[in-house]
Amino acid sequence: MSVLGQAVRAAREAGNISALVETIPYLRFLGVSADTSSGELVGKLAYSDPLIGNASLPALHGGAIGALLESTAILQALWELDTNALPKIVTITIDFLRSGRPVDTFAKGVITKAGRRVVNVGVEAWQEDRQRPIARAHAIFLVSPIDTAG
Amino acid sequence: MAHEPSTPAFDPGSPLFLRLIEDIAQFAPHNRALGIRFVSIAERRVTLALPYDAKLVGNPLTGVLHGGAITALLDAACGMAVWVKIAEPIPIATLDLRIDYLRPATPNKEVHGCAECFRVTQNVAFVRCEAFHAGGEGDLVAVANGTFILFRSRPLGGEGQGP
Repeated sequence: MSVLGQAVRAAREAGNISALVETIPYLRFLGVSADTSSGELVGKLAYSDPLIGNASLPALHGGAIGALLESTAILQALWELDTNALPKIVTITIDFLRSGRPVDTFAKGVITKAGRRVVNVGVEAWQEDRQRPIARAHAIFLVSPIDTAG
Repeated sequence: MAHEPSTPAFDPGSPLFLRLIEDIAQFAPHNRALGIRFVSIAERRVTLALPYDAKLVGNPLTGVLHGGAITALLDAACGMAVWVKIAEPIPIATLDLRIDYLRPATPNKEVHGCAECFRVTQNVAFVRCEAFHAGGEGDLVAVANGTFILFRSRPLGGEGQGP
């Protein structure tokens, strides 16, 4: 089993996905973490100044919000499905609903369809008020069944 | 997502304009953090570069860049292309962005994003963008289509049909 496969299995057994998130350099760089203590997986993008795209508003960069959405979708798939390889993203469509203010941002993914090869995930990001999302995305991933994954 | 240039009206062919686009591309904090660099404007197409960096990796087993880094590059290039098209320093914001990841970016290679705004109305700009490795040779890494809202100072509407 791959290093990642072991990390996924260990994360599931421990009920804690943090160690897995730590293995992904870009998530460390951005400040993305994931919390499963409430029973659902919630991704978090901790605010830091380098996330700003527009300094005069200021507003978070769309790329940073997109990365949180994509990462949360991937983590949801890893968490919920029987796969030990990172899902490969095929396409993502992001709707930016509100300007991202310079505060922490959260995201929750929902698997809308999990087939043998293809997984569809909807994901929503919010800041203080979960009822007022700042962005939504739907993403499609290719996955490998657990038996054949690297 | 939201961008806002701060200088007054400009001529799209002028060095001042080029400098403005270059500054916005390179000095937005997130673009800077990612190392995004202005490359060129040619025939209203804006090209930005994302240098390969180990901190941008999404899959530690393969060394392939995270999709989020590509998203940031494409979003930034699309926004620049809108300004180049309208040649007016108004605030704009990304409404939506669809990205198709055609193949993984090759580790250790710089990725370029080349964007063109192909239609602009009173309220909305339509943009497409391609991501590929530096040199322009080889296969596309990703393609994106985006729409942007334009915050023009004059009243919105009055166009009859369409967005």
